[in-house]
Amino acid sequence: MKIIIVGCGKIGTTVIQSLVSEDHDVVAVDWDRNVVNEITNIYDVIGVCGSGADCETLREADAAHAELFASLTGNDEVNMLACFIAKRMGARHTIARVRNTGYSEQSIGYMRQQLDISMTVNPEALSAQELFHILRLPGAVNMETFSRRSFEMAEFKLRADSPLSGMTLADMRRRYKANFLVGVVQRGENVYIPDGSFTLRDGDRIGLTADAAEMMKLIRLMGITQKQAKSVMIIGASRTAFYLAKMMLAGGANVKIIEKDKERCRTFSESLEGAVIINGDGARQELLMEEGLTRMDGFVALTGMDEENILLSYYAQEAGVPKVISKVNRSEFALMADKLGLECVVSPKKVISDIFVRYARALRSSIGSKIETLYKLMDGRAEALEFIAQSDFKYLHVPLKDIMLRPNMLIAGIIRGRKSIIPTGEDVITAGDRVVVLTARSRMSDLSDMVR
Amino acid sequence: MNRRMVIFTLGQMVLLEAVLLLLPILVSALYGEACIKALALTAGGCVLAGALLMLAGRTKNRVIYAKEGFLIVSLAWISLSALGALPFFISGEIPNYIDAFFETVSGFTTTGASILTNLEKMSRGLLFWRSFTHWVGGMGVLVFIMAIVPNVSERSIHIIRAEMPGPIVGKLVPRVKDTAKILYLIYIGLTVLEIILLVAGKMPLYDSIVHTFGTAGTGGFGIKGDSIASYSPYLQWVITVFMLLFGINFNVFYLLLARRFRAAAKSTEVWTYLAIVGVSVAAIAVNIRHMYATIAETVRLSAFQVASIITTTGYSTCDFNLWPGFSKSVLLVLMFIGACAGSTGGGLKGSRLMILVKMGRNELRHLIHPRSVTTVKLEGKQLDAATLHNVANYFILYMLAFFSLFLAVSLDRFDIETDFSAVAACFNNIGPGFGAVGPAASYAAYSPLSKIVLSLAMLLGRLEIFPVILMFVPSTWTKK
Repeated sequence: MKIIIVGCGKIGTTVIQSLVSEDHDVVAVDWDRNVVNEITNIYDVIGVCGSGADCETLREADAAHAELFASLTGNDEVNMLACFIAKRMGARHTIARVRNTGYSEQSIGYMRQQLDISMTVNPEALSAQELFHILRLPGAVNMETFSRRSFEMAEFKLRADSPLSGMTLADMRRRYKANFLVGVVQRGENVYIPDGSFTLRDGDRIGLTADAAEMMKLIRLMGITQKQAKSVMIIGASRTAFYLAKMMLAGGANVKIIEKDKERCRTFSESLEGAVIINGDGARQELLMEEGLTRMDGFVALTGMDEENILLSYYAQEAGVPKVISKVNRSEFALMADKLGLECVVSPKKVISDIFVRYARALRSSIGSKIETLYKLMDGRAEALEFIAQSDFKYLHVPLKDIMLRPNMLIAGIIRGRKSIIPTGEDVITAGDRVVVLTARSRMSDLSDMVR
Repeated sequence: MNRRMVIFTLGQMVLLEAVLLLLPILVSALYGEACIKALALTAGGCVLAGALLMLAGRTKNRVIYAKEGFLIVSLAWISLSALGALPFFISGEIPNYIDAFFETVSGFTTTGASILTNLEKMSRGLLFWRSFTHWVGGMGVLVFIMAIVPNVSERSIHIIRAEMPGPIVGKLVPRVKDTAKILYLIYIGLTVLEIILLVAGKMPLYDSIVHTFGTAGTGGFGIKGDSIASYSPYLQWVITVFMLLFGINFNVFYLLLARRFRAAAKSTEVWTYLAIVGVSVAAIAVNIRHMYATIAETVRLSAFQVASIITTTGYSTCDFNLWPGFSKSVLLVLMFIGACAGSTGGGLKGSRLMILVKMGRNELRHLIHPRSVTTVKLEGKQLDAATLHNVANYFILYMLAFFSLFLAVSLDRFDIETDFSAVAACFNNIGPGFGAVGPAASYAAYSPLSKIVLSLAMLLGRLEIFPVILMFVPSTWTKK
């Protein structure tokens, strides 16, 4: 499928990388010649140098025949204009990155409609959302939600003293009478889709799916949980920090933001009612202590520097903050952070590339039961996907035990109306169900892909 | 450096050579010739060696950088030639291995310089193989591998860049694999078209195929002592036109096929190339008018020779060694200009020459207006400093390499015209030169040392110097 990506910054490059690994034909557009050269050296893409809003550039990139056109530059207006022109030229779907906090939901909706843009994405808001979910369930290293948040998948790391280590999954299910499923396990370099006889060990990273209401209960039963983060310290007044603080405040939490730049502090204090804004250098440990770091339930490092985030998080973790999250952009640093013992590393790039992979795959299977949601799990080695079963799906009303699934596939949940089912062999899929599928090492773009 | 990936790709390539050898095996089977044994033996050896190399080079790490790309290409071409020479040597039709190696390098690099003095004596299977190496070498072996083998390597653009001639190698479509496929489809399409046109002109099928291979790769191996001279004027014109076509940047063909005519017409390199051809044909025709009976014949001979030299093919329809000095000088200049970038031809390449001229003009402007700020544009696009540096450095190395080779070859006992034109003809992948290596003669009389030097010249010319020179730079090989 032909895809044009305008703007090859951090976000753009990540999207390009994941789309290339999905075997799409990608055209990368950027105004900086060096960036374009770099991109074409590393990835199997064609590069065009020029402004994304210039019709000459778009003509050279052949926007007229693009199935998907995405403008991901740092400038909202350029992005929207580029999408508008590309659409007029004949691009089928357009995605614009719009992140200015000044645009309200309604005005973005209006512009999207008027400019005929298929979707707008806001990476900062999306990663804030992800951070919010993790803070809500501090025991988890990662948290994904399906079907408008009614169904969840949480990733945990089994610590040495975990009661779960040494237990088989069948035992685990007998012991905790809740409705859940361990759908995917990462052990070292390998990712497994386990069956009942699988024995858990220390250090495993497990992915657990359950109904949203059930999840809290379950986690308490297993003794992994800590209490929901009620007071959170955020370093760096970035856009992500803004969205996160807003959500936390709405949930009644205490938020303290530390920022070096005085002007930014002022804007934040104007627009964030209730948050404590501190003007100071977050890298100064004395300041952190003075502001009560040890009394915090959560610590989120959101400065623009990966290195700073990692070091600050390490310090906070040593100081005994129960939940520490660091934002790390570069994946090689994320690995380092993992080695330092920082479990919870969030990359804003991953969130956005998941969205693009899903969008592109859904376009590829234009008929049938398309993907609704896609998450890459366990550093991209596994995927969780949500589909809506259409009436033409061949295996409707067939008991799951009679469907021959391909290897490394698992149906992790069926959501029917308001009810979520953790399926057993006797359950069936009916038309209109939302089906959550877990897979390792294979790509799905349609629900029927899971059948052998 | 990712040595394993280099070895693995080499293995793939050697295996490919075994597959390529199937074609001449088929031909010699059809004619029931004895050389089939030598061909089959070589193919078997290639299968074995290729499999071993691929086994030795198994690796999970498929990332390569520019350095590996250069190395893969130069090693691939040398081993391909070394193995490809075996059938000639084993069958005894070229008893000396150095001669056989020279002949095969000349084939793969699409030079067309030959040490054979009596072509009519050779078996048809081996002559077919000799010409087939032109066809394979023209578009590039590794480009071919890109096109057919799934998941060659990440970043395989480095390999294409090292193998495709020209200062700027761009992709036609986003993926390397698809680009390679499109290039080969155009190549195959033009080849088939030429064979059909030649057969329609009553050239025997075998001759048509062999001559088309020579034209397509801009090589120049024929099967007759007098090259193309004994064929009808129609056939000569067909070959003239196709030589010129294969000298055009293949991107232009792609744009034409994709119906992007305006973009295709923007290619100033092609227009310059055609203009040079036109002017040269006219100049030589006027110069040699008194030697031939009719204007038609004069123009035909002039056009054929010009097309043959500028595209670096090296076919001939008359002994241009006998032409007046001016005509020979024009041909000698054309040898250095060469065809367009992105074609199968050799030489300095039109686009490089255009960039050099523009840089020179800017330099002059700087002398007059020391504070002037200038840019160099090619086909409407501004070139960055790195490209300009590359082109300038290439030219320096090109000249250095040329004169070093010239000095080395002049140790032999020939006159200066012969030596100079021999090196020019080999280095620019043309084939015949002037004097003792003219179209009616051969390279057989050179000493073994000179033959090796000239083989090196051909490889340097075809791979555009950098990959071959990098092989001799110690830091390429160290682990640091």
